[in-house]
Amino acid sequence: MTASTTATAAEQPLMAVTSPRRLIDRVLRMRELAILVVLAVMLVATQIDNTSFLSEQGIKDLLLNATILVLVAVGEAVVVITGNVDLSVGSVLGVTAFAAGDLLRHGGNPVLAIGLAVLLGAGFGAFNGLLVGLGQVPSLVVTLGTLYIIRALDSIWVGSREITASRLPSGYKTFGHDGLSAIPYLALLATVVLIAVGYFLRNYRSGRECYALGSHAQAASLAGIPVRRRVMAAFVLCGALAGLAGALYLARFSYADAGTGSGYELTVVSAVVVGGVGFTGGSGSVYGAALGALLLTSINSVLPAIGVSSVWVEAIDGVLLLLAISVDRIVALRIAGLLRSRARQARSVIDG
Amino acid sequence: MKNPDSDPVVPVLALEGVSKSFGAVRALRSVSLQLFAGEAHALAGENGAGKSTLIKVLAGVHRPDEGSVLLDGEAADFSGPAAARDAGVAVIYQEPTLFPDLSVAENIFMGRQPRRSFGRVDHRAVNDAVAALFARLGVAMDPERPARGLSIADQQLVEIAKALSFDARVLIMDEPTAALTGSEVARLFAVVRALREQGAAVLFISHRLSEVFELCQRVTTLRDGALVASEPLDGLTEADLVQRMVGRTLDELYPKQDAEVGDVALDVSRLTREGVFTDVSFQVRSGEIVGLAGLVGAGRSEVARAVFGIDRFDAGHVTVGGRRLKPGSPSLAMAAGLALVPEDRRAQGLIMQMSVERNIGLADLKASTNAGLVSRRAERDRAVDWAAKLHVKYARLSDLVGTLSGGNQQKVVLAKWLATGPRVLIVDEPTRGIDVGTKAEVHRLLSQLAADGVAVLMISSDLPEILGMADRVLVMREGRISAEISREDATEQTVVAAATGAVVGVGGTS
Repeated sequence: MTASTTATAAEQPLMAVTSPRRLIDRVLRMRELAILVVLAVMLVATQIDNTSFLSEQGIKDLLLNATILVLVAVGEAVVVITGNVDLSVGSVLGVTAFAAGDLLRHGGNPVLAIGLAVLLGAGFGAFNGLLVGLGQVPSLVVTLGTLYIIRALDSIWVGSREITASRLPSGYKTFGHDGLSAIPYLALLATVVLIAVGYFLRNYRSGRECYALGSHAQAASLAGIPVRRRVMAAFVLCGALAGLAGALYLARFSYADAGTGSGYELTVVSAVVVGGVGFTGGSGSVYGAALGALLLTSINSVLPAIGVSSVWVEAIDGVLLLLAISVDRIVALRIAGLLRSRARQARSVIDG
Repeated sequence: MKNPDSDPVVPVLALEGVSKSFGAVRALRSVSLQLFAGEAHALAGENGAGKSTLIKVLAGVHRPDEGSVLLDGEAADFSGPAAARDAGVAVIYQEPTLFPDLSVAENIFMGRQPRRSFGRVDHRAVNDAVAALFARLGVAMDPERPARGLSIADQQLVEIAKALSFDARVLIMDEPTAALTGSEVARLFAVVRALREQGAAVLFISHRLSEVFELCQRVTTLRDGALVASEPLDGLTEADLVQRMVGRTLDELYPKQDAEVGDVALDVSRLTREGVFTDVSFQVRSGEIVGLAGLVGAGRSEVARAVFGIDRFDAGHVTVGGRRLKPGSPSLAMAAGLALVPEDRRAQGLIMQMSVERNIGLADLKASTNAGLVSRRAERDRAVDWAAKLHVKYARLSDLVGTLSGGNQQKVVLAKWLATGPRVLIVDEPTRGIDVGTKAEVHRLLSQLAADGVAVLMISSDLPEILGMADRVLVMREGRISAEISREDATEQTVVAAATGAVVGVGGTS
């Protein structure tokens, strides 16, 4: 090997690098930890104020409320990590919820209905991915367009029809409400999806490549990463999860019409950002996004429980959003400073 | 060493009659090149001669319009960078291409991470492999730190480790040493030599001709996209090479004019920014060119940024033309007659998406503004004027500045700041990565400015440039001014010794 030939020039006193990694890791993980702490404080405080808040049913409601947002936020987080955004998720959720309901009320199989919703969602995702990849247009604009187009198609198809509880099979409704004691089936499903996607992003080449191309797209293509294919896959996953969320929305609320999911995309994007997924791409995790979703939906439950009017919900969501990005910015600056001083120390040891 | 002239050895990688055009620009015209195993091949040529395009053809980024790429004598149709990489072609690009959010280790193995069961990435194997690579390169860097915040030199080292990480049969390096210190260059060359001895073919680009002679056996020279010569380096001199590159003899690379030294124009007193630089004091008089030398990371650019008001400082003060500057305000610094031509022209000096004329007009919009509106015509007139003065080569002034070659971009940055009529000009690495011809023009310009009474502070890592141009040399080391050397006493040895703190002068390795 080369080691023998290069040894003379390369054999410099290699400093024992005191792991700045651990500190940085901690700070980064702190991002997710911080949300967890905020969430816990909020829930405990509410519980002290209103002791019936965290009853079995209370916990179940919290989780049920969060489930659908968590699913869509996970998909959205993957798209945001690649440096894109998908605004069409609200429309996709609406149209897939109705499609699943339409199949069910004609006596269709529930598993088939969920499968249909997922496939339909994946199809819309593929359409988004195709437009973004081919047109080289910012996804913000592309998916704003498809947001309107899909909503319009939905309205034309659905018209004034609606899916109501009486038309749905009882097993499907039970699936949407029940669970293992305080843990709803829907939350279990969402957790499985969350862990699977999180594990994939962390441990598979294509998952790491999603971070790489979000971090620096041009470098990614120079590194031989199939950028378009990965972006396409992210949009397909996001669409599929929005479709799954649509089917679960139907199970949870036993209702769907032409307006279902309208405006949902903004809640999803808020959850992702509050969860610490950087909007410039390349950073954050789906776990953070899921926690962000849990935090936002919990506020909805907390305010009525402590007797605050729900008109405050949106204002508080907004404040959280601004707080989240400020914290991110400050943390980023601190880390940069830290790394600089470490590098300086390392260099002076080498050169000195 | 093999002698490919008499030996019918098949080149590892070759180009045969390759042409490539971008729109109306013919970047390469029927160029042939042969890279042999165990040989280091230099690619020479001015900026804009087609070197980068040639590399991108070899790397599978560009497809040739005509001609072919041959791998082991067989036509290889690289479908993309991944195909070239899989064929064993490693490329270190001039601009580092790292992912800032990912760890250094992931950067190096992206797309090729070792895997364990079920196709999962083996994170530990990735980190271990990178730690081993760094040990081999003698680099002290934590493989798990994110790439964000690495200095340019460290980024370059990561790129080098990346190229080494797969046993490349062909190693292509585009200006790998531009940001490295002497000891880092020595270490890099040792590794490259070792690779070559193992049978790798090397293609090396550097504007530092001494490095070309130190490392390479053959040289291919390009001019205006066409092949000038491909020959052994043995028996050639630097002057021969320069002549092939520019097509004319270069009389003077460092045209230093005598200038009358006047009053103190810039007075920096006890400037300190915690943890960055400490107690930095110096003066620059009008008509004087003061060189600021030192290793990369010694704090030279940081001092310049603080003087200009981009960064804040914790103590000390800056005086321009007798008036003390308010810290932290570039606009006031500009009003006082200070101009800063930054180190990184792509990120800090120019707005790539704007036209040449708008970039030139940018620093002094007031001059072309009438009743609050910018007059396009006045802007254009001024741009024509300055572009002509600096011999900027462009097709149309309305072209995006990003389409110009590196040397011409640098001239546009200079034009932009000269248009403000500065009393004190700070230039940070004014000739990094630009060709010999343009370099001489930039030097002539700086010299002329000094003769016209401008005070020039020139930060440079190019020692011959410092020695050739500066009336006085300030040397920084670890955030402090470690020496002030007069033009008469300034030699490679004295400057390097002051920059490294080494008692033994030569070489720069400590």
